[in-house]
Amino acid sequence: MNLASGLYQDRASPLHRLPAGLKVLALVALGTAVFVIPDWQILLAILAAVMVLYGVARFSPQILWAQIRPLLWLLVVFFAVQLWLNDWQAGLVVVTRLAIVVLFAALVTLTTRVSVMLEALERAMQPLRFMGVNPEKIGLAFSLVLRFIPVIATVSHDVREAQNARGLNRNMLALTVPLIIRTLKMADDVADAIEARSYDSE
Amino acid sequence: MNTRDIVYIALFASLMAILGLFPPFTMPFTGAPITVQSAGAMLAGALLGARCGALSVVLFLVLVALGLPLLAGGQGGFGVFLGPTGGFLLGWAVSAFVIGYLIDKFQDYLNGLSVVAIIAFGGIVVLYGLGNAWVAVAVDISYWQATVASVPFMIGDALKVFAVTGLTLAVRRTYPEGLRA
Repeated sequence: MNLASGLYQDRASPLHRLPAGLKVLALVALGTAVFVIPDWQILLAILAAVMVLYGVARFSPQILWAQIRPLLWLLVVFFAVQLWLNDWQAGLVVVTRLAIVVLFAALVTLTTRVSVMLEALERAMQPLRFMGVNPEKIGLAFSLVLRFIPVIATVSHDVREAQNARGLNRNMLALTVPLIIRTLKMADDVADAIEARSYDSE
Repeated sequence: MNTRDIVYIALFASLMAILGLFPPFTMPFTGAPITVQSAGAMLAGALLGARCGALSVVLFLVLVALGLPLLAGGQGGFGVFLGPTGGFLLGWAVSAFVIGYLIDKFQDYLNGLSVVAIIAFGGIVVLYGLGNAWVAVAVDISYWQATVASVPFMIGDALKVFAVTGLTLAVRRTYPEGLRA
């Protein structure tokens, strides 16, 4: 798992250069549109257009396939259910709808860096300041998570090794209780450390 | 919300990400995957309380939406929310809130039985109530059909309810000073 880059795939394409906010808005618009369009022919045309966009973003067909593969058996089941309850047109509507939304959402994720997305989110939250939301606090929470995932992964590894030595490596409770308690203890230390550096949370 | 709350929220969000690395266990006969990750939402509610628990789940989900492959199996991005199981992801936050609220409300009466009941209510009744509604809309089937289809997964979640109850009671016993709820 590469945390710094996430699911982002670097390519030189116009889609990669578009601002993150615009891509997210397009996703919202498309997501709404496909749920009000009941016609399978129009939906199939949209699906084809989304697939063309993968080409525009210079992604290989393998990447496109990798996005839809985890969903494949669900789509087959949904199609079968619709076929059984209604007819094949209804099945096609349901399946293409889901495929469009999932493929387009994956496209947004694949073409936008996590850091760029995070910046866009922080900008989008600025107006919420008047409602009592503090974007800096949320920013702190985000950076803490990104910093602590590798730290907790190390703790998890240590616990696993220690319980392995005791022959408890198949015992879920023996693996998770120490992990959680060490996380809670770490939280106290980190909070003290942040406050000792005069971080003002108010 | 003080610094301590923010740190707890962030650390539990990280913990949920780590739980996604535990290999999923596949149920015999049904083939439904059971991941430890959804137990993370129940735990966040049970140990951090309603507000912090729900916020840590929300923080985790926002990071997933931003494109980090944190869900079990390395999934992430906006797509997972818009897919048929998106309702369950949002449901995690609600179930963490409900569990945290109930644990706090009945904190003088906590024993194995009451904690099982609370976590089962939040982690199964509330979660599937929301998740199945989403499935029904996304796939255009009736609510009842969605509920029937989700039964194999409920078996897995029932196992998680017992595991999380054991964890909650064990952590409350061993480290009472570290609890928020």
